Amino acid sequence: MDFTPHTPEDVREMLAELGLEELRELFADLPEALLEPELSLPEPASEQEILAHLRELAAKNSPADRAFLGGGPRPHFVPSLVPALAQRGEFLTAYTPYQPEVSQGVLQAVFEYQTMIAELTGLDVSNASLYDGAAALAEGVLLALRQTRRMGVVVSQGVHPEYRQVLATYLHAVGAELRTVDLEGGLTPPAAFAGDVGAVVLQSPNFLGAIENPAPWVEAAHASGALVVYVADPLSLALLKPPGEWGADIAVGDGQSLGNPMNFGGPHFGYIAVREKLMRQLPGRLVSQTHDVDGRRGYVLALAAREQHIRRAKAKSNITTNAQLTALMGAMHLAALGPRGLAELAAATVARSHELAGRLTAIFGVELATPEPFFAEFAVRLPLPAKRVRSALAARGWHAATPVPAEYGENLALFAATERHSEADLAGLATALEEVLS
Amino acid sequence: MNRDFPTLFERSRAGRRGVRPPRPPEADLAALLGADNLRGAPPRLPELDELAVVRHYTNLSRRQVGVDTNFYPLGSCTMKYNPRAGEAAAALFAELHPYQDPDTAQGALQIIYELQEYLAEITGMDAVTLQPAAGAHGELTGMLLIRAYHESRGEGEQRRVVLVPDSAHGSNPATASMAGYQVREVPSGPDGEVDLEALRAALGPEVAAIMLTNPNTLGLFERKILELIDAAHEQGVQLYYDGANLNAIMGWARPGDMGFDVVHLNLHKTFSTPHGGGGPGSGPVGAKAHLAPFLPVPTVRLEGDRYVLDYDRPQTIGRMRSFYGNFGVMVRAYVYIRMLGASGLKRASAMAVLNANYLRKKLAAVGYRIPYDRLCKHEFVAQPPEGLKALDVAKALLDYGYHPPTVYFPLIVKEALMIEPTETESKETLDEYVEAMAEIARRGLEDPEWIAHTPYTTPVRRLDEVAANRKPVLRWRPEEET
Repeated sequence: MDFTPHTPEDVREMLAELGLEELRELFADLPEALLEPELSLPEPASEQEILAHLRELAAKNSPADRAFLGGGPRPHFVPSLVPALAQRGEFLTAYTPYQPEVSQGVLQAVFEYQTMIAELTGLDVSNASLYDGAAALAEGVLLALRQTRRMGVVVSQGVHPEYRQVLATYLHAVGAELRTVDLEGGLTPPAAFAGDVGAVVLQSPNFLGAIENPAPWVEAAHASGALVVYVADPLSLALLKPPGEWGADIAVGDGQSLGNPMNFGGPHFGYIAVREKLMRQLPGRLVSQTHDVDGRRGYVLALAAREQHIRRAKAKSNITTNAQLTALMGAMHLAALGPRGLAELAAATVARSHELAGRLTAIFGVELATPEPFFAEFAVRLPLPAKRVRSALAARGWHAATPVPAEYGENLALFAATERHSEADLAGLATALEEVLS
Repeated sequence: MNRDFPTLFERSRAGRRGVRPPRPPEADLAALLGADNLRGAPPRLPELDELAVVRHYTNLSRRQVGVDTNFYPLGSCTMKYNPRAGEAAAALFAELHPYQDPDTAQGALQIIYELQEYLAEITGMDAVTLQPAAGAHGELTGMLLIRAYHESRGEGEQRRVVLVPDSAHGSNPATASMAGYQVREVPSGPDGEVDLEALRAALGPEVAAIMLTNPNTLGLFERKILELIDAAHEQGVQLYYDGANLNAIMGWARPGDMGFDVVHLNLHKTFSTPHGGGGPGSGPVGAKAHLAPFLPVPTVRLEGDRYVLDYDRPQTIGRMRSFYGNFGVMVRAYVYIRMLGASGLKRASAMAVLNANYLRKKLAAVGYRIPYDRLCKHEFVAQPPEGLKALDVAKALLDYGYHPPTVYFPLIVKEALMIEPTETESKETLDEYVEAMAEIARRGLEDPEWIAHTPYTTPVRRLDEVAANRKPVLRWRPEEET
């Protein structure tokens, strides 16, 4: 099965048009020694057989749709209309909207997405999306360094460790210096920034789930001429004061909580939003409203002079393909929820996670390790290594207790709950944890 | 009446509700979250009923062209059919959490492991990472592998330059910059291939790598590839293969056998996962053994009968992405490779090359100029007949129901139309396309006014991009704020 429509007659006729007899002649310009390597791959099979094989593989996984695992992705309910609309072939099988006259569907949907992200973050401008939260952080920091023409970066330890690892990879490449400020009591302590610091980064709610007070960092950063990059779960912004209101210059994050299943870590989408003065420094695609020759409103890709296909070695970033469809799924979810639905979803998540924290910390030997207030995730200190607890819980059918890297302390585990969990789920997990620890 | 298509925000009515989450338990949010932390006003999201949302996006989709609706020969983008089997398969793995106990995700890890193996086999490389989220992300990963390799040999300081042909994808020089390198352009020769003598002259102890795509962006196979790679390797220069054009040679030749040290692939091009209007994609990177120690963490390894996440790579460049990459895209590519097998992949490339050459011949016969008129691979570059602009031909094609080719790229050809038909298009589709192209050329030359104002039948007509760049409007605002 190779999805090619060519009949033997077609192939003969088309080859004849080229004055050729055999397909092999189409590759006559390749060095003979390289030609036709034997590839060792499984035999081809029909869709029915392959899907049966995939179902067997899927059966080796235990679904985490009611997982209590912290660390970023969470099982939120995705309304049925989201995949149904996103799977429409026009959205699914288009590419970057270079031809705006036949791409108004994607372009307008991106324009609406940009508007919603700007609203959520309290900032002026969002781009069309980036790969994921970690890449969005790295791009946000590079943006701040370009703008300030400085090479120093200070990051709070409260930023997701995987995001910090990605940031370190990107910064090493351009020779920028990354310094980390350790958490104190689960929160980012106040800091002063040297004159070479172009970007300071904090995350709220932070990796341990705690809601930070960003004000001291914002003030200190701006006093020294640095820009503030603020990492936020967009769902938290339904209720919490947005980065723009705190005075942050750049907001970034991962959009999984909006309209996307966890997908074993991806794809989700990364978002980035900035103040207006930084607009021309943004990486990636931007969609602008404009009008056509008849005066009708329409949308186009804008400010392409920032991008790799025009600016080449001097581009703001090398990004081309981003995460358009998953970002549109986020927009579809937001459109379907509206402001009240979104607030209710966030409130249910907060209520469930706090209820879970209450139940778990009532178990002997389990202590809350995240300072209050927290949002959807929290860390607890366990009497046993978290990996062992996660595995023992998994054996009882519960996915919970994400092991926290040792840099944050010993035997810490991250838990989370969402609107998707019932009372019975919470009680069931608490009972299982009690058994595991007894 | 010709009204603008409303935005979600203009359709909004205060108090209207769509999807409702389960009734939340009673909670005092100010107490739980801290009164000072709460936002003053809710974000101004649209308020719509569910049908309004469905109708909005359904009607937006009707203002959008995709492979599912129209022939879409966008050069270098491999807009082939995306089998729906991939969508069905990916849905089976949607509810997995990246931090669940790996023993409870063995099926998912097996897919990652086997896909690493398949891609290594198809490209002739020794090790593969699936972490990069798109082609350009893979390019950056690959260039950082090369940089780490030179650093490990104490040549990091000395090798500061990356050579890129003038026909390269724009992402190549942009990537080299992001990887901390200076970019030096190498000219193409009159045959459209890299000028071997100019390249030899550009090689030196300061050069870290050459980034090449083969076939190149003119759709031409670099015939001197073996000499070129030998010349580079003799000087300790690493060879980077941009896999955007791998659809031309699957099963016919392998970048690894040509001598490339590192290669990135675009699963959303070659391996038929949907482009999604611009992602999500996936950009796996394959490396030869000497670069494998530097691959990003984690990779997936088979230990006895268990698949494990391997973080133990002391020389790694670090992490490129959170978690394990775009797993959902990997599942789709896995399905595609398993359905086609080695024979199917080989036939897919053969038909892609057959279609491109057939179209090249037919378009030449109706007046289009082919600046490098020889056997091409999966794509070729044409120019409109003298007197017509590539942009106008592209816009006219919209009225004939075709997505235009890539235009004005590669930069070394004036008025370039870069055409990649892919293997999933039939001879009839190509013949009809040629007829349309012929008519556009004839009519355009006869009636310059007509072609200058195309398209006439699309949801909107030519848009004012100058205004959008001069004074961008990047978000909707209520009227009182604009």
